[in-house]
Amino acid sequence: MSTLPEPKKPVGRRVFIGMVAVGALGVAIGGEVQNFLGNAFGSGLGGILPGGDRFRFYSITGSNPKVSRRKYRLEVSGLVERPMTFTLDDLEAMPSTTFKKTFQCVTGWKVPDVEWRGVQLSHILNLVGVQPEAVALSFESYDKADTESLTIDQAHLPDVIVAYQMLGAPVTTEHGGPVRLYVAPMFGYKSLKWLSAIRVVNQVIPGYWEQNGYPTNGWLDGTTGPTNPNPNLT
Amino acid sequence: MSTVTNAMSTGSANRVLRFDQVQRFAHWANAALFTVLILTAIPLYFGSFFGIVLARHTVEQVHLWSGLSLPIPLLVSYVGPWGRRMRRDIRRFNYWTRDEVRWIRTLGKSGLQADKFNPGQKLNALFIAASIVVMLLTGSMLQWFRFFSVSQREGATFVHDSLALAVVMVIVGHLAMAFTHVDALRSMFTGTVGERWARIHAPAWLAELDREGAAGSDDDSSTRER
Repeated sequence: MSTLPEPKKPVGRRVFIGMVAVGALGVAIGGEVQNFLGNAFGSGLGGILPGGDRFRFYSITGSNPKVSRRKYRLEVSGLVERPMTFTLDDLEAMPSTTFKKTFQCVTGWKVPDVEWRGVQLSHILNLVGVQPEAVALSFESYDKADTESLTIDQAHLPDVIVAYQMLGAPVTTEHGGPVRLYVAPMFGYKSLKWLSAIRVVNQVIPGYWEQNGYPTNGWLDGTTGPTNPNPNLT
Repeated sequence: MSTVTNAMSTGSANRVLRFDQVQRFAHWANAALFTVLILTAIPLYFGSFFGIVLARHTVEQVHLWSGLSLPIPLLVSYVGPWGRRMRRDIRRFNYWTRDEVRWIRTLGKSGLQADKFNPGQKLNALFIAASIVVMLLTGSMLQWFRFFSVSQREGATFVHDSLALAVVMVIVGHLAMAFTHVDALRSMFTGTVGERWARIHAPAWLAELDREGAAGSDDDSSTRER
């Protein structure tokens, strides 16, 4: 048995640095790789692959409020001509809009081509009649914790909807059903789940996530002004 | 020091110190943190997969703080006067002989006088070390996402999730090896292995200890204890 040490090379350092470099490369191009894999293999495999196109669920309260279809009510009040309360049947009887859009979380995950169906928020606002001094909307959730806000102008964007269908079926409890908000041109946290009430108010009241540091105007292009002229967003 | 013996001249009942207390602490603290990270990652990753949504914020905080503490046990055991043996073993992970590289290339089929750690064990250690760095960096990007573009956040999510899966697989392999090599596993509790074990699994290391013992090195004479 040889007892003299052989020449040694710092292979370990190379393996270590190589792996960290691959990690950095993954950060740089991971989003593209994921899109490619999603396109190449469809959402079936994309849904299983790590980091793939799947929803991650956030709960503020630790449990999902269960609201039955029958008991669901959307209350609209505040600076309006006619405060109203809508049932799910009422909402479904209104003119609906359907579109597909990528659901994009501010933290970096996304789910492409999610199908949404619901009522444009502007339609509901027209029904109740917004008073001239109104500035913003304050949204409340059945979870009694989450809140959100939109300016009146933002609320009139065509792809800001009160959604009752998602992914081709009624919105599930996990996804915020039976009725949730969907603010297509902004990051996911603006799309409040389990929508229970809309109050028309005379100032922007930052919602739960905004109080925790997220921008009040979370446009998908990263800007945070109250209005956004980018035509690609809507 | 009074129990120092020379391996070649004494019986096979001799024990050889494989991991000192500092190294055992580093290993188990690291293992505990990885366990907490994996357990908290499951509900974070799968969401309401189990039909229950846990107190997400709490789980998230536990995951975050365990993640941020991940490098501490290894760094603490590496620096300082108590880290001499740790530093020495980390040098072993770094420096490879040509035979060791060949052994990996042939997937363990070529002959090898194994060092204290065989090339597979070295790769495992390097993989975990690099994973700690990459997971810490990508995890930090996800926590402090404001400083990064959406595309970078997507990349960080992709790397964090993919590497997490790889880490779990490597740890499962590591556990499988540990439970099929009980003597090696036991040494992570007691610190020592039998000399017979070392002769079979780490002959080059044993030879090195003997050379150092014969040279009267005070460093590695203390490697031996009864």
